[in-house]
Amino acid sequence: MSQGAGTTRRLWKFHGGVHPPLHKDISTTLPVRAARLPDRLVLPLHQHIGEPAEPIVGKGEKILKGQMLARPQGYVSAPVHAPTSGTVTDIGNHPVPHPSGLSAPCLVIEPDGEERWIDHQAVEDYTALPPSELRNLIREAGIVGLGGAGFPAYIKYNPGHQKVIQTLILNGVECEPYITCDDMLMREAPQDILGGLRVIQHALQARECLIAIEDNKPQAIASLQQATAGCDDIEVVPVPTVYPQGSEKQLIKVLTGKEVPADGLALNIGVVCANVGTAAAVHRAINRGEPLISRYVTITGGAVAAPRNLDVLLGTPMNALIGECDGDPARIARLIMGGPMMGFALHRHDLPVIKTTNCILAATASDLPPPRPELPCIRCGACADACPVNLLPQQLYWYSKHRNLDRAQEYDLFDCIECGCCSYVCPSHIPLVQYFRYAKGDIWTQEREKEKSDIARRRHEFRQFRIEREKAERKARRARKKADGAQSERERKKAEIQAAIARTQARRQAAMKEAEKRRKAHGRGRQKAMDESPRAPDNAPEKEPRK
Amino acid sequence: MNTLPPSSPHTLAAASVTRTMLQVILALIPGLAVYIWFFGWGISINIAFAVTVAVAAEAVMLSLRKRPVLPYISDCSAIVTAILLAFAIPPLAPWWITFTGVLFAIVVAKHLYGGLGYNPFNPAMVGYVMLLISFPREMTSWTPTVNFLPHELGFMEHAIFIFTGQLPAGLAIDAFTEASPLDTLKTNLGLGNTVSEIKAQLGLDEATSRLLSVIPIFGVFGGKGWEWVNVGFLAGGLWLIYKKIIGWQIPVAMLGALGTMSLLFFLFDPAQYASPVFHLFSGATMLAAFFIATDPVTAATSPSGRLVYGAGIGVLMYIIRAWGGYPDSVAFAVLLMNMAVPIIDHYFKPRVFGRNGD
Repeated sequence: MSQGAGTTRRLWKFHGGVHPPLHKDISTTLPVRAARLPDRLVLPLHQHIGEPAEPIVGKGEKILKGQMLARPQGYVSAPVHAPTSGTVTDIGNHPVPHPSGLSAPCLVIEPDGEERWIDHQAVEDYTALPPSELRNLIREAGIVGLGGAGFPAYIKYNPGHQKVIQTLILNGVECEPYITCDDMLMREAPQDILGGLRVIQHALQARECLIAIEDNKPQAIASLQQATAGCDDIEVVPVPTVYPQGSEKQLIKVLTGKEVPADGLALNIGVVCANVGTAAAVHRAINRGEPLISRYVTITGGAVAAPRNLDVLLGTPMNALIGECDGDPARIARLIMGGPMMGFALHRHDLPVIKTTNCILAATASDLPPPRPELPCIRCGACADACPVNLLPQQLYWYSKHRNLDRAQEYDLFDCIECGCCSYVCPSHIPLVQYFRYAKGDIWTQEREKEKSDIARRRHEFRQFRIEREKAERKARRARKKADGAQSERERKKAEIQAAIARTQARRQAAMKEAEKRRKAHGRGRQKAMDESPRAPDNAPEKEPRK
Repeated sequence: MNTLPPSSPHTLAAASVTRTMLQVILALIPGLAVYIWFFGWGISINIAFAVTVAVAAEAVMLSLRKRPVLPYISDCSAIVTAILLAFAIPPLAPWWITFTGVLFAIVVAKHLYGGLGYNPFNPAMVGYVMLLISFPREMTSWTPTVNFLPHELGFMEHAIFIFTGQLPAGLAIDAFTEASPLDTLKTNLGLGNTVSEIKAQLGLDEATSRLLSVIPIFGVFGGKGWEWVNVGFLAGGLWLIYKKIIGWQIPVAMLGALGTMSLLFFLFDPAQYASPVFHLFSGATMLAAFFIATDPVTAATSPSGRLVYGAGIGVLMYIIRAWGGYPDSVAFAVLLMNMAVPIIDHYFKPRVFGRNGD
């Protein structure tokens, strides 16, 4: 039910959570506008979870806006489209926004400034399409989760054969400090969000839709309430602000009281979550025929003078955006993609915006002070109190630090969502999440190595088996031959030698005879003599085989 | 950007160990003030001396262990240990008692076990038990409330006595010391008196007591004088819970268990067993509940584990008080439960999100 401010839906709570200072107001004062077209766009082929896309255009090729440049490889993958018209100038490795700081395959585009669209058209009546076809259109449009994870969206909109989807949740929580792109989208384009919501709802045949927004965004709440007025199956639910409420499983708990099983999906309890930005992208894909080529990005932090949200073409270099918001690169102590709780620090300023870039936080030294020295854990349990998964980070820390990885897994290390609450509250300034990531990486490496060694072991065992088998077969053959009175290998060789000796002797004798004959009778031709030279008998078996 | 950037989260709350410890110290002030009011300046001198020794010992140990001295010492944990131990030492105990106890607590119980965070046993309690076993006479010579002393000692007189053993001319130490209320009660019960008989003798109002020249051990609801000290610690402890410096689980479980045990036996035989209120407001009960048992390093770590841990301390305290050899039982109860912590931690884990508690 879409109701006014006095909505009475029951809400639940998840364990823990923190209330970091939010700094959201600074980037919501200016309206969203399109970012300037840069000189060069760099499109990584891997902007999502899953397999990277595979380029289908060549270097030097002219391309149109919205044209697919790289197609998905495999089920969990997403295509990449041209954000503008222009020329592909390079296909190769370029630095990408990734915690590793490594380079990855990218398409580089030089815009021609004409913004010429490829032929595209809206779906006339999506309700007439079967859900599978809708999903395929969403896949073709390159839409991935825009909340940060970048999981190909179409996969989530597949309820499978067994499930009825009770609740579709649109996630407009945006609990991370500094980030306001969803807030601004909800304020400025509620109809796009609603349009996408209807498409996803149709694809899932979901019964009710909830739009969850933290109560620190009253304008967004009002905007969506207005847009959904009269929609009986959609409810805008303001939820009390707490980090990390935007995390899917935590949000589902808050709204439904149900917990997604630790090793299951939201789907398993009849719930699907989608970010509001993703919904808007779905709307554009279905109702306008436009693939995902741009997104709202928050450019904020103490190092930019005019923090705001921009509608940014994918592939735009971040330093251009920082420049557009009057940023001072010299003041940037840490450049972060995402928020201060879960974002990652970038190693350079000219990296491209990708599908999962919700925020560029150009932080000064006073925004995000350098890490403080790590002191011993006093087991105060503040981390356990803050953990939204109800883990015992102090124990996990102990086991991770001392590489007791079995115990770490016993304490459900892999249920950690790396939200950062534990590190945030730790009075000893222990970078707990870092330890956990490290331990997870260690376990993955170990498992890979174990797998490798398992394969090697199996291969070795098979080889041993094969050698044994061949030996046994040879033995069996020999025994059989023996039983048949056949000759053994060695004896056969001996016989061959004997035969060869016999042949030579015969030849010699023959030659001697011949010579005698020639001496006796001069008339005989040489050729004939040659022909008559006796052939060695064909390996006549010896009568008595010897051992 | 040249170095490897730090990983998330990039922002931290203002919490620090130093801040936690300072708040604990702040919360001890009401109890300390009441203590000084009833038992004189001795405790303040002991605390100051204990803190000095503790900080010096901590600095030496840190440098011997090649740890950065300044960041580690400024966590103030040694100061908290010293203050807690000083509260466990009679206010007129000679300086070398405090000195030995603090040294043992910091050097042996804390640093030889790996320093802050690694010590399995509460250092202050280890120091106290060592003193109690080694110097039983000094450690059981408590003082009655100041208004029952033949002469109210001033700050300097306290200091002189603690460091030199000299009392003002014409006074003997015997007039200044007596067993603690819990001790006296136990001794008298051992002599075959009932609680009400003892109360009739030792629970009179001040004027009558003075007239009969007995030193009362019963106050309004707990041990004489000690009841108000306990109220002070209770107030400080509640503030710590309010400020989320400590969890509620250990104090509630400990006081609950002690209260329940004493209530059961009190109902069973009020002649032989003191009332729950007396137990809750005598000796070191409140200090233990809010400041000693809650030492995070040596306590159980999960909320449910902390309930078990606290309850264990409460039960053990009652058993030792009622039938054991030591009338105030906090240290032994705490140390015994410290030993049980690994197994409690193993069996009492919170239910992880999305799991059905395996």
